[in-house]
Amino acid sequence: MLRVVVQRLLLLPALLLVFSILVFLLVQAPPGDFLTSYVSMLAATGSSVDLAQVEALKRQFGLDQPIYIQYVRWMESLLKGDLGLSLEYQRPNRELIGELLLLTVLLALISFVFTWLVAIPAGIYSATHPRSFLDYALAVLNYVGVATPNFLLALVLMWLAFSHFGISITGLFSPEYVQAPWSLARFGDLLKHIWLPVIILGIAGTARLTRIMRANLLDELNKPYVVTARAKGLSEWRLVLKYPVRIALNPLVSTIGWYLPQLFSGSLIVATVMNLPNIGPLLLRALISQDMYLAGSILLIYCFLTIVGTLISDVLLAWADPRIRMEG
Amino acid sequence: MAGNPQAEEAVIQLAGPLVTEAEERVSLASNWQLIWWRFRKHRLALASCAVLIVFYAVVLFPDFFGTQHPEITDARMAFIPAQRLDFFDGWRPRMSTPAVVGERNPVTLRMEWRIDGTKRVPIRLFARGYRYKVLGLFETDVHLLGTGSSAQGRVYLLGTDRMGRDQWSRLMHGTRTSMTVGLIAVTLSMILGALLGGISGYFGGWSDLVIQRLIELLQSLPTIPIWLAMTAALPQDWPPQKVFFAITVILAFIGWTTLGREVRGRFLSLREEDFVLAAELAGCSRFRIITRHMLPAVASHIIAASTLAIPVMIISETSLSYLGLGIRPPAISWGVLLQEAQNIQTVANAPWLLIPGLFVILAVLAFNLVGDGLRDAADPYGY
Repeated sequence: MLRVVVQRLLLLPALLLVFSILVFLLVQAPPGDFLTSYVSMLAATGSSVDLAQVEALKRQFGLDQPIYIQYVRWMESLLKGDLGLSLEYQRPNRELIGELLLLTVLLALISFVFTWLVAIPAGIYSATHPRSFLDYALAVLNYVGVATPNFLLALVLMWLAFSHFGISITGLFSPEYVQAPWSLARFGDLLKHIWLPVIILGIAGTARLTRIMRANLLDELNKPYVVTARAKGLSEWRLVLKYPVRIALNPLVSTIGWYLPQLFSGSLIVATVMNLPNIGPLLLRALISQDMYLAGSILLIYCFLTIVGTLISDVLLAWADPRIRMEG
Repeated sequence: MAGNPQAEEAVIQLAGPLVTEAEERVSLASNWQLIWWRFRKHRLALASCAVLIVFYAVVLFPDFFGTQHPEITDARMAFIPAQRLDFFDGWRPRMSTPAVVGERNPVTLRMEWRIDGTKRVPIRLFARGYRYKVLGLFETDVHLLGTGSSAQGRVYLLGTDRMGRDQWSRLMHGTRTSMTVGLIAVTLSMILGALLGGISGYFGGWSDLVIQRLIELLQSLPTIPIWLAMTAALPQDWPPQKVFFAITVILAFIGWTTLGREVRGRFLSLREEDFVLAAELAGCSRFRIITRHMLPAVASHIIAASTLAIPVMIISETSLSYLGLGIRPPAISWGVLLQEAQNIQTVANAPWLLIPGLFVILAVLAFNLVGDGLRDAADPYGY
């Protein structure tokens, strides 16, 4: 158990190093850089371009250096905990990302909890009442849930809320709380807004997990030990919950490895459509305006979250399934 | 009855050969035949197959199904609502749509369309319209639906967008792009996955190690942000075809890993089978063993897994294009069409702009159902 965790933790820096090179090459790849697009934008709007100032900016951001030196300089500052300066906003990236990152992780985690809270009871019901009306209804809902792209669901719900109730359900805070410091009232306001993005983000995963849970449990329910327990007179409720459900949950734990990372990066699209405070829209903006250090930092954060998500799943799996623990 | 043992014996003799004939049919049937027999039992999957066939007919002949040229703009015809298509005029089977008349609201200055109850626009099958090329081979002007002549007015089955372009016709062209992206991207990842997964599973050793680490590396990348970064890196001045191709390659680049894993697993277990050993002893080359003996055995699984991968590609393409980083206008795809619905105010005024979303859901649903059916049928000897 401990060995698995330590092994994984040792691998983490190596993986991050590889990803940092990849990410740097990606944000470097577009022809031209932020300054050229900045200058052409200035020229297009008719403002005068101060060449000396451009040169100064170039030196400040190291854009005149060869690419590997730029990378080394970037890594150096990253290791010092400095995410660099946003070229577009002229503010430290740390400041820009800070609270948004917290809200991004919060949204993903709440979505995750929502998914499990809904999927497990729904899966148990479907498996214990196969071919019932609700089972079929859940199956239809599951298929449609998987088939609907996140952004489309968000769009339709926003449209319905707007046309029927005249409210616009964007953002995570009421206007008076957007800039306010954290307080209990602000947190309450957040909870009032976050449920809809949580459902939209989690619906596809809920549908999938329900089906996995149903299939696993159906397999278990046919096994002889269930018949034995029933013959011994155990009540149906305790019988199902005590043994088969626990075994059926095991494969579900292994889905965390891909599901949690998917929630982290999947929130990007929902957040963009619903205009949520999230690192996703910030990344989108940075990519379009070629704000390379900001884009690079956010991409690396996504990589980090993905690896951590996989790590959590590995640890949980080892904890839940003794067979894996023994091999490790 | 009991007094006639001879008759009973005759019945048994008759029944005997009948059973074996049915059994023989099963035991002599080829692998593909067995798969088809099992697949056939899935009603939903069969129905989805029909839906997909219609979709791919549209992919092949978008202009034939469209009623107007997808790029024709007419600012005066902006935001016409979707129209009902009536198949009967009284009792006679005659297709028509109600005519619409527009009036500019003097306060908001917006065009407001209402149905003119007195007039109807007749619609004919195989009507003549704008000229187009079929599969790039020959020219024609026959369309499935149309008014026949311009004097009869134009038809807007699914309404128009802000530039007065006919949404139905654009949707036909969007279907072509989106369905092809999914298909090509999956074909690419299938080739890549089968090749690398096959090498990894058959040879093992250090090549297996390298390929497995590569797959792990790619799978621990955050998919959507990396996709975005890659598509954002595409030069702005690329022509639509080049962008289209680049997007499919990018989608396939990350998509092949799941397939690669699947193929590797199958190859690992097949390697121990007797028929592979027999082929080796008979002196077959490695290449021949892989292509002639092992690949056909895993082909059904590969096809089932790829069918389930196509909807993922379609949703990814649609989402990327919707965010403005996928297929770019003037090319048309489902995502590009949905971009028109980005503003909630616009959607409230013109809800028919969301209709392309229904096509996305329908296509993804159909692929998922067919894929599920194929996966269940893929292993005919399973149980």
